[in-house]
Amino acid sequence: MSTVSEPVSLSTPRGVDAGLTAKQLADKYGLSVSGARPGLFAYTKQLWARRHFIWAFATARLVAQYTDAKLGQVWQVVTPLLNCAVFYLVFGVILENKDGFPPNTYIAWLCIGVFVFQFTQNAVQSGTRAISDNLGLIRALHFPRASLPIAFTVIQLQQLLISMVVLVITVLASGITPGRTWLLIIPALILQTMFNTGISLIMARIGAKTSDISQLIPFVMRAWMFLSGVMFSIQDRVHKWPHYIQVICAVNPASVYMDLLRHAFAPIIYNKHQPAHQSLPPHQWTYGIAWAVGIFVIGYVFFWKAEEEYGRG
Amino acid sequence: MADTDLSKRDDVRDTDVAREPTVVVDDVHIVYRVHGAGSGKGSATSALSRILSRKRGSGVREVHAVKGISFTAYKGEAIGLIGSNGSGKSTMLAAIAGLLPTEKGGIYTNGQPSLLGVNAALMNELSGERNVVLGCLAMGMTPAQVRERYQEIVDFSGINDKGDFISLPMRTYSSGMGARLRFSIAAAKTHDVLLIDEALATGDQAFQQRSKKRIEELRGSAGTVFLVSHDNNSIREVCERTIWIEAGELIMDGPTDEVVGRYERGERP
Repeated sequence: MSTVSEPVSLSTPRGVDAGLTAKQLADKYGLSVSGARPGLFAYTKQLWARRHFIWAFATARLVAQYTDAKLGQVWQVVTPLLNCAVFYLVFGVILENKDGFPPNTYIAWLCIGVFVFQFTQNAVQSGTRAISDNLGLIRALHFPRASLPIAFTVIQLQQLLISMVVLVITVLASGITPGRTWLLIIPALILQTMFNTGISLIMARIGAKTSDISQLIPFVMRAWMFLSGVMFSIQDRVHKWPHYIQVICAVNPASVYMDLLRHAFAPIIYNKHQPAHQSLPPHQWTYGIAWAVGIFVIGYVFFWKAEEEYGRG
Repeated sequence: MADTDLSKRDDVRDTDVAREPTVVVDDVHIVYRVHGAGSGKGSATSALSRILSRKRGSGVREVHAVKGISFTAYKGEAIGLIGSNGSGKSTMLAAIAGLLPTEKGGIYTNGQPSLLGVNAALMNELSGERNVVLGCLAMGMTPAQVRERYQEIVDFSGINDKGDFISLPMRTYSSGMGARLRFSIAAAKTHDVLLIDEALATGDQAFQQRSKKRIEELRGSAGTVFLVSHDNNSIREVCERTIWIEAGELIMDGPTDEVVGRYERGERP
C-alpha cells in the first residue's frame, strides 16, 4: 500500500500524469478551450456540414409562419399584392407618377420594385432578430451560428420565388413580351441574395448585442425605400441635387438591384427617361457584383468574429 | 481516514494508471454583468443622462457566480453537481458548454460538450416531428442518419404513447412532454461530454427509468456525463462521483455516497 497522507482527490491525475498541472494535462490530451471560435476555414467547413439544417430550418420556419392564419401560405402572395395595391393608389393614381410611363406599364414597374426592395428589407429585419429570437436553440445546441441568418435569407428567397410567379403574371398582363433579357433575372437574383446574406449577417451581430436597434430599423428601412425610387422614379428628382447625392443615389445597392431586375423583366420601361435604351449602362452590373461580393465577405467575417459570444449572458 | 477510504474502493490498484481527461476546469471565475440593475432603470431621462455622461458602471451590477473552481473529469465518469439554489451549479454547466465566458481561469474540453437543459427550447410553433428532424440536423447528423434514428427518438420520448402527439406543435405539449422530447433528441447522438440540467426530475416514472438507462449507455460509449439535480436519489443512482458547490465555491469533490451523505446532513468539511 502506498503511504498516502491525505485523501486522494478524484481530480488528481494518476500514473504517468501525476504532478501535471491542469493546463499541462489539458495540453497533453489535446483538450481545447470550450466555446472557442474556430478558424475561418474550419468554420466554413462546419457551416457547410450544416447545410441540411439550414434548409430544413428555413422550410420549417416558412411553414410555421402562417400556422395561425386560416388562409395559410396564401398570405405569402396576398401580402405583397396588397402592398403593391396601396402604392399604386397613392403614388400611381393620387401623385400621378404613372403618367410618365408607357401606358399600363407603371404597375409592372412598381411591382418589380416593391418585391425586390422587400427582399432586402426582410433580410435586414429578420437578420436583426435572427439571434435574439432563437436564443433557446442557440443555448441548447451547438452549431455554427451563421446558420441562422443564412437560413433567414433562404426563407426570404423562397418567399421571393413565390412572389415571382405573381410578378411574371403582372408583367405579362401589362403587355410586355418576354425576351432574352429574362435570362438575366437569374444572375441578378443570385447577386441580390449574396448581398442580402451579407447584410443579414451584419445585422444579426449588431442585433444580438444591441437590442435597441430593432426599434430603429423600421424607420431606417422606410427612409431607404423612399430614397431608392421604389414607387417613383428617383431619376426625376436627382438631376437637380448636388453631385455627391447623385453619386450616392447611383451606387445605392437597392436601386442597383431594382434596375437590374426591372431591366431584365422589361427593358422598355426600366428607365422612363431613356425609352430607346434597351440596354443597361454597364456600370450597373459592376456595382451589383461589387456590392454582392463585398458585403457578403464583410458580413461573413464580421459575424464570425463574434461567434463565441452569441447566446451568452 | 484516507486509508479506510481507499480500502473501500475497488479501483485502488488503478491509481497507477493514467486516465484520459475529458473536462479540465482550472481555477474558473465567472462574473455576470446585469444591465439596468441600478437606479432609475426605466426612466427616459436617466437613460439619456447615462448615454450623455458615457458612464457604464452606474447601470451595471456584477454578480460573482463562480469563485475559483477547479476539477478534472475523466472518460467514463458520471459526475453529479449538488448545492442549494443559486449556488452556481447551472452556471458552471453553461460555462463547460462554452456558453458563458470565464472571467479568469480556463475550461478545456474534449470535443464540444452539449448542454441538455429543461429550459432550453426548440421551436414551439413547430410540430414535434419537425423539431426532432431540426434538432438532429443541428447536432450535425446527416439526413440519412436522422431518418434512421427518427422512430427510435419518438419511441424513446414516449410522446406517441397516448395518441398522435408528435405531429402537433410543441407549444401544445405539457412541460413534461416537451422536456422528454428534448432529452430524447439530445440523447440520440453520442456526445463526448453530455451536460444534463435537472432533466431527470421531469417526466413520469417510466421515462425516468428509460433516461437513466440511456445515460448509462452514453457513459458506456466513452463519454462523460455531468448531472445537475436537486433529486439526491437520481444523483445516487446515476453518478459515482459528486461535486458539492456552495456560493460559487467548491465545498467537496468525492465519491457520491460520501458527498451526498454529508450534503444531506449539512456537514461542511
